[in-house]
Formats: sequence, structure tokens, C-alpha cells
Amino acid sequence: MREFAYQRATGVREALMADARYLAGGTNLVDLMKTGVETPDRLVDGRGLDLGGIRTAGDGGLVLGATATNSVVAADARVRRDYPAVSQALLAGASGQLRNMATVGGNLLQRTRCAYFADPSEPCNRREPGTGCPALHGVHHNHAILDWTEHCVATHPSDFAVPLTAFDAVVRYETLAGPGEIPLPEFYPPVGGRPDRETVLPPGALITEVVLPVAPVTRRSRYRKVRERASYAFATVSVAAALDVEDGVVRDVRVALGGVASRPWRARRAEAALLGGPATPERFRTAAAAELAAAEPLRDNAYKVTLARNLIVAVLTELEGQR
Amino acid sequence: MIVGTPRPRLEGRLKVTGAAPYAADVPVPGLAHGWMVTATVSRGRIRELDAAAALALPGVLAVLDHTNSRRLNPDAANYFGPDGSLPLLQDDVVPHAGRPVALVVAETPEQARAGAAALRIGYETEPHDLGFALDHPAARPASTLFGPEADTGDLAAELAASAVVVDEVYRTPEETHSAIEPHAATAWWADGHLHAVDTDQGPYGISRVMATLFEIDRDRVHIRAEHVGGGFGGKTICGAQLILAAMAAEHVGRPVRVALTRRQVFLATGSRPPTEQRVRIGADASGRLRAIHHHAAFALSPLAEYIEWCTEQARTLYAAPAIRTQLTAVPLDMLPPCTMRGPGATPGSFAFESAVDEVAERLGIDPLDLRLRNQPSVSPVSGRPFSTRRLVTCLTEGARRFGWGQRDPRPGVRREGDLLVGTGVACAAFIAGTFPSSASITAEADGTFTVRSGATDIGTGARTALTAVAADALGVTTEAIRLRIGDSDLGMAADAGGSRGTTSHVFAITETAKALREKLPGADLPVTATVDTTPLINWQPDQERNTYSAIFAEVTADPATGEVRVRRLLGMFAVGRVINPLLARGQLTGAMIGGLSMALHEEGVHDPVSGRLVTADLAGYHIAAHADVPAIEADFVADYEPQDTSGVNGLGEIGSCGTAAAIANAVWHATGTRQRTLPISLSRVLSP
Ligand SMILES: Cc1cc2nc3c(=O)[nH]c(=O)nc-3n(C[C@H](O)[C@H](O)[C@H](O)COP(=O)(O)OP(=O)(O)OC[C@H]3O[C@@H](n4cnc5c(N)ncnc54)[C@H](O)[C@@H]3O)c2cc1C
Ligand code: SF4
Repeated sequence: MREFAYQRATGVREALMADARYLAGGTNLVDLMKTGVETPDRLVDGRGLDLGGIRTAGDGGLVLGATATNSVVAADARVRRDYPAVSQALLAGASGQLRNMATVGGNLLQRTRCAYFADPSEPCNRREPGTGCPALHGVHHNHAILDWTEHCVATHPSDFAVPLTAFDAVVRYETLAGPGEIPLPEFYPPVGGRPDRETVLPPGALITEVVLPVAPVTRRSRYRKVRERASYAFATVSVAAALDVEDGVVRDVRVALGGVASRPWRARRAEAALLGGPATPERFRTAAAAELAAAEPLRDNAYKVTLARNLIVAVLTELEGQR
Repeated sequence: MIVGTPRPRLEGRLKVTGAAPYAADVPVPGLAHGWMVTATVSRGRIRELDAAAALALPGVLAVLDHTNSRRLNPDAANYFGPDGSLPLLQDDVVPHAGRPVALVVAETPEQARAGAAALRIGYETEPHDLGFALDHPAARPASTLFGPEADTGDLAAELAASAVVVDEVYRTPEETHSAIEPHAATAWWADGHLHAVDTDQGPYGISRVMATLFEIDRDRVHIRAEHVGGGFGGKTICGAQLILAAMAAEHVGRPVRVALTRRQVFLATGSRPPTEQRVRIGADASGRLRAIHHHAAFALSPLAEYIEWCTEQARTLYAAPAIRTQLTAVPLDMLPPCTMRGPGATPGSFAFESAVDEVAERLGIDPLDLRLRNQPSVSPVSGRPFSTRRLVTCLTEGARRFGWGQRDPRPGVRREGDLLVGTGVACAAFIAGTFPSSASITAEADGTFTVRSGATDIGTGARTALTAVAADALGVTTEAIRLRIGDSDLGMAADAGGSRGTTSHVFAITETAKALREKLPGADLPVTATVDTTPLINWQPDQERNTYSAIFAEVTADPATGEVRVRRLLGMFAVGRVINPLLARGQLTGAMIGGLSMALHEEGVHDPVSGRLVTADLAGYHIAAHADVPAIEADFVADYEPQDTSGVNGLGEIGSCGTAAAIANAVWHATGTRQRTLPISLSRVLSP
């Protein structure tokens, strides 16, 4: 680990002025500093900022403070009642100890779990632009099936970001030039030729909160994560879905996938195929197929296409059955 | 009698309070720290190694590499013979990725690590070969150090006469021990003597290797391994941490500690090699086995001989008129493999007991029944009787407890919601015996006894078991026993390996106690007796000596996602007399979890282009998490080993054999599809 400077900030402005990397729970950043993947010169610890609360927004939505821990958010009664998939996604991630440290902001900015990325003795375009992508023809059993480019085939690891993307949550941030906000579906840009550009946050931006908008559909939502062991593993494929059906007709539906692309994947084609139609297993299957028609599996991960399709159908069927 | 009663481990409190010192914890004045640097290419030569920048960094004391290191004896050997991986930093050859190529020594571990990052190393790469296969062109017969291959009866004729013949290929991947304590050693020299605190499974054996390697008398090598945080075979060999620490301590004239990171453990310490196994079994329509042919291949390194003895089950478990075993070694550009819990028997029993299940399937016979119908009365290969063989009791008692009688034989028909449910069985045998060891016991003037043995406790509870044995043998309570182990100065002793550590040390201690009790009457205290069991061991016994198990598993499989979870595991074991049922059960359930982990999770994967290990941490190399481990029951059938003076057999490894096959057989019963390749990961189960 290289030497670095460390300071604590008590105010947002102080944090912004520090011109340093933000440290939240440290569960991702510190690990990556230990292995030499991240080499910041300065850290500013944001855990002293007054950003740990959860409050109801003016319009009835919910505002999650950037330093609220994953455990606190998952246990919040309003989150569990109005956005169950958000709570489920958090609880499906990491371990109890890690969730007690990990924060809202840090979770969204955690970095990929591609093994080549994690090993600085390997080339990797995401870590060191222009060095190449060994995963493309290497070990990529758990890499992307959608929207990848030859520059990078990694997936985004966050569970939490998947329901947030499905529910059109909004990231709010501060910069020295003033505040801004970005809806989750636009927060992570397509990987294109710049896998190192992981979000559209302006440089130096401090995430202050994440807003969950009001939408009746989110109350009946579900997050399901498929992984290679029963816990303590990142998603192979995950689905966040919400379904609102009236008189057998889909009034509103949200679907997003994790583990399939460099960003949480909003399944807009599937949603379009379902909206206004009957809520039947056949329609769920058609919708899943419509979404995955664009999938381009790598040499060793075609199973993910089947898995994603099956999972969309299973979760929608479960939600439909819960009425 | 203390032996036979459940007692918690003596050092349990020290361990859970963090007070038990492990190899990297022992304080040593004047300590310097070494950081190991390993090769990043899979084969080639070191073209340049520029240490100037590293040496200029604060705190860096030295950089050891092949240009400036002391010479080591090229003939040093491990258990299997000469081992070319032991003399480190001797030349520019890179035989495999992960080979240590330098050690940076500094005042602190951080400075040493920074120095390692500043080394500039250039390689000339050569094409490597990691393409393991049974029919690889370089495949050759494996060493027969463990005895000749089995070849009884007329295999071709019996196969031709069989009503059904199963002929399938089974594969297991590279697997890693993943002991919780990473390898570490602290070494220093004083007056021509080498002293070290190491993490290993047998300090006496290691002291011998180090003596040959450094060309000094064994009496001048003093290795301690007081507490060891798990080994599973991965600490049986003389490790790079110790060799490098000793070289560096000599080089800088100070004590040096080398503590590997988890990644370095993956990259630079040996694993269980991958196997590919063809099993042919012929049976007549009544379910009587006629022919068994087990041909197993494993990978190894040209640097050292090694045996993954996969064919043990084929020669022990069932009677058949024709039995042939064939073991093939495939030399590849890999790190030399290292025995891992139940070497050979664990991957071998997966293949063999899966194939036996397939015979039952083809014949429409209950798989438990098929196993019971083919039990031999004497060893089917050697013709020698078994000294004790309680396998049938394991199978029948296990079946009763598990509720096997209610089992619907049809595959793929039991549903619970979205899940398919199935059950499976497998059995295993594991060779048992005793290795030479010595012990000495002093009767102190205060009525206590000091027992000295070169044994190690690698977390098994050996310390507690040996204390109980000594107390019984001397007719006193455990409070009167002071047991000293984990030090090569305490006398010659077998290592904690091959499921023979405890058996060997128990034998030495009981014989020594006997000798002491003869000396005691009228003697002036303190008085000491010492016994070396080498001349007492019968190397040509007229009976076969094994432990046995029957494992039952219940699994669920989700056909939509491919997720397999184990719901229930039951193991019934015949392991001779049990010294401490609490600790023995811990060993067996732990080993069964290892078998579960092997069945569903563990797989070392190399990059198909560079050959480097990609799964070099515990995020990439999955082992079972707590949530994967179901209700597990391990229990014993009454047993006594007549070939042992205390009636005991080793039990450290038998639990990991058989478990993977029982789970794979249960997955077949749940889904109707055979899983012949481990691990049974979800992509293998998912129906397209
Ligand atoms: C063993 C293990 C298993 C895991 N399993 C899972 C899993 O199954 N699913 C899953 O989703 N995650 C998993 N994680 C990842 C975990 O969720 C993340 O590490 C965690 O959410 C990161 O949050 P943090 O607060 O610790 O962030 P930190 O590590 O402190 O920071 C992460 C990044 O975010 C930046 N940052 C933090 N806060 C802000 C802010 N307010 N504004 C701007 N930038 C900020 C930091 O500069 C850094 O770049 C696992 C992690 C580990 C170690
Ligand atoms: S997939 Fe992306 S993160 Fe992984 S090696 Fe390629 S560029 Fe790096």
C-alpha cells in the first residue's frame, strides 16, 4: 500500500475543497488500495458529514443519505414497505459485517469484480486504458452478455443499483460549481471505448443523496439474485422487477437486470412488451425473449442468456401470483 | 478412562481469544521482513531483474534473486523423491507462473512490499502447456511408490460377458487447500544453527529437508510449529516461506519473516491437481459386478514426482472377478501439486462412486442395494483379509437414519414448488496405518509427567487427543500431563498427514509410557524413557487396514436457475476406536464440508492464453459459505482396529472422500442428469 494523506470532513464544502478521493465505508476502496489497483494520494473521509439520514421527500418519495449504511437502508420500514426490492437487493449483497460499513454512495461507485481488473500485474483497459482486455478471450464465465465492447466485457457488481435503476431513482450530488442530479438509468454510461469512465458524475462530485421516486408499482417489487453459492457471492444474474396489474392487464411494470452488462440493465424492451397486455406466463416469456434478443454472449457465458430469461419469467410470475 | 470421552480442545480458549501465537505472530528482536516476488509468466527465463530502484527505497535492506543468492543443494527431496522446486533463486529458469523469483527484505513489511513493486523484471517467455487431458501426448505411467497397479482376472472377457457396461469419463478441477492461516515463517541463524518458527504439518520432517537443502547437520536445524491454522496437506511440504526466510536471514544477518498474502498462497503453494478419470464397470443383470477398470490421470510438474492415488476405491470397495487400475501422470508447466485432504481418494471416489451409481441406474437396482450386494470377504486384489471392515454397518445404519427405505428410485420426479429434490449415497475406503515416530516421557519429582513428541496440531485437536492417550497410558488425570509438541527438537515424528499423524504419535506415546512404567519402580525421579517405534512397525502386515464411510446426501436443484443446494448430509464412519468423539466429529464434519465445497464450488481456473491462475483469491475461488452448509450429521459405528495396540485408526481425511459422489448422485436423482464434471456449478445444471 502506498502512503497517502487522510483527513476527515465535517461539512460538504470542506469535503469538496479537499480535492481528494472520498472514503465512505472503505469496503471497496481500501481493499483496492491494498492490492494496488487504486492509488489515491489523498483521502477525505465523508462519514462525519450529515448525510446519513433517510427522510420522506416532499412528494412522498424517499431520500436516502449518501452515507447511510446498507444495513440501515435495508432495515428501514419505509424502504421495506414501499420499495421491498431495494431492501432485498441490499440484503442479498456481501455480509452483515460489510453491510454495516458499506454506504449508499460507495455502493453505487464500487468497481467491477473482474479478476483481471483486481490484479495489477495483468493488463486491463478499465484499470489502465489502452493495455487491452484479457477477459475478452480469457476467463469470462461471469462477464457481460449485453452491450459489451472489445474494450471491456466486465459487469457492474452492485445489487443495490439494480432496483434503483428499475425504479428511476435519482442521484444527487454537489460540486464546487454547484449541485446536480442524474437518474440512475443514465448514471452509468455505455462502456463504449472508455471502460475507465464508469459514471457520468462530474470530476470531484460528492454524492449527497439518492431519491426513490413515488410510484405505486414499486410496492409490489422483488429482487432475486442467482449466484454460485448461497451467500457471499456476486450475482451471476439478478433481476429487480415490479408489477402492477389491474383486471388482468399490466398497468405498470419495471424490470432491470444485474450481472449482464457493464451497468445495471434496464429491460425497457421487456417492459414495453408487457405494458397494457395480459399478465400471463406466456407474455412474460415473450417479454424476456424480446429483451434478450440483443444478447451477445461470449465464448463461455451463453448460459447467462438462458438464466436471465428464466429469471425474468420466474420473478414476474411470482409477483403476479402474490396479488 | 479418558480416551473415548468427548472433551473440548485444550488450546481452544487461547485460540478464540487470539492468544495462541501463529508463525507470523511470534515476536523476535531485530526482525526484518521479506516480500516474495513471483513469476508472472507461465514458462520462460528471467531476462533482466533490476533491483536498483527497489534498493534505493527507504528501509529496503536487500533483494535476493538468482544472481546473488546462496547455493542450495539441488538434490533435496520431499516425500516422493527429488524435488526441483525446493532450491529457490538458483537460476533464471521460470518453470511455472507463481515461481518465486526474488525476495525483497526491508525493515517493515510495507517497505518490503513497496520494494517488490519497484523491481523491474523482464522475462523471455516460452510457450507453455497447461492443456491437461488423460490422452495428453506426454502422459506416462505414474510412480508406483504406493504399490503396483491392480490387474486381476480377464478384464476383456468379463466386460464382454457383462449385461451392462458403464464407460464414462469424470473430471475434477485443480483445487486449493485454502487453510485459514496463510503460510508464514520467521527464521534466524545463530552459531551455525538455523532456527525457525514455521507454519507446517511436521517440523521434524521439514527440519530434515532444510538440513539437506542448506547442507548442514539436521541437529543444527530447529523448527517450531506450535499452532498451525489448518493445513489440509498444503503445509506438508517444505514451503517457500521457510526456505526464503532462511536464505534471507543468512544474507542480511538478521531474523527475517516471510508471510505470504492470500494471493501468494494461491499462486505459489501447491494445489490438488486436476484429474480426468475413465471408469469402466461391467455387471451382470442381477447386479453382480464382473469387471472394474479405473484409469485415472492427474497433472504434475516435471520438477517433482507426485502421486494422486485416485484408484484406491477400485481395489478395495467391491468384489469383481476382474479389476484393473491404471494411474497416469501428465507433466505440465504447473506449480508442483501438493497432497490435499484425502489425496487421490477424494477425486477418485467421486469418479468411481458416480460410475457405480450409473451401474445401478442402468440395471434399475437401488444404488444402496447394489453396493451391499458386491461386498468382498477378502481384499479383491491382494486376497488378504481385512483386519476390520464395518462398511456394511455404515451403509445399513446410515440408510436407517437417513430414511433411505422410503426413497422413490425414479429420477427427476420429486418437486417442492419450483425445486427438484433428490437423494444419493456413496461410500469410501481410506488406507490406514502407522508411521515411525518417537516420544519421550519424564516422570517428574512432583508426580507429573512431561511428554515430548515431534507431533503437530494443525487444528485437528491432536494436542488434546495425545494428552488423553498419555494420561490413560500412565494411569493419571490429564492435569498431570505436560505435553510438548510442535518442535523438531522434540524427536523424530511423523507429520500430521496421510491420516496417520495421531495413530503414529499415539503408538509412540503408549510404547514410551509402557517403557517408563517398567523403569519407575524404585527409580530416583526424574526419570525419562524414550522409544522410537521404527523397529516396532510391521511393514508387511498379513491383513489390509482401512477406514470406511457411507455418505448420504439430499439436494435441491432449481431447473430454472441451475442452483443446487445441499439440504442434508449424513456420514457414518468406521474409523477404529475413537479417542475423542467431540473432536473426531469436528474433523469429519469439516471434511464433509470440504467434500461439499468440492462438489459444488471449488475450481482453480487458469487463463487460456497466459496460463496464469485467475482465481487467485477467495472472491474468485469459491469455497462453501456458511449458508451452503446444511444440517450435517457425522457418527461412528462401533469399531476397533486389531492391528493397532490402541485400536485406533486415523480419521482426518475419510470424511472428504465420498461426499462429492453422494452429492452428484443426489443431483442425478433430483434432475435426471448425470454430473460427471466438478464442480456442479449452475451453468452445468441449467437446462438450455
Ligand atoms: C467480500 C465482499 C463481498 C461483497 N459482496 C457484494 C455483493 O454481493 N453485492 C454487492 O452489491 N456488493 C458487494 N460488495 C461490495 C460492497 O457493497 C461495496 O464494497 C460497498 O457497497 C462500497 O461502499 P463503501 O461505503 O464501503 O464505499 P468505499 O469503499 O468507501 O468507496 C467506494 C467508492 O465510492 C467512492 N465514494 C464513496 N462515497 C462517495 C460519495 N458520497 N460521493 C462520491 N464518491 C463516493 C469512493 O471514493 C470509492 O471510489 C462486497 C464487498 C466485499 C468486500
Ligand atoms: S473485462 Fe474490463 S475490467 Fe475485465 S480485464 Fe477486460 S477491460 Fe479489464
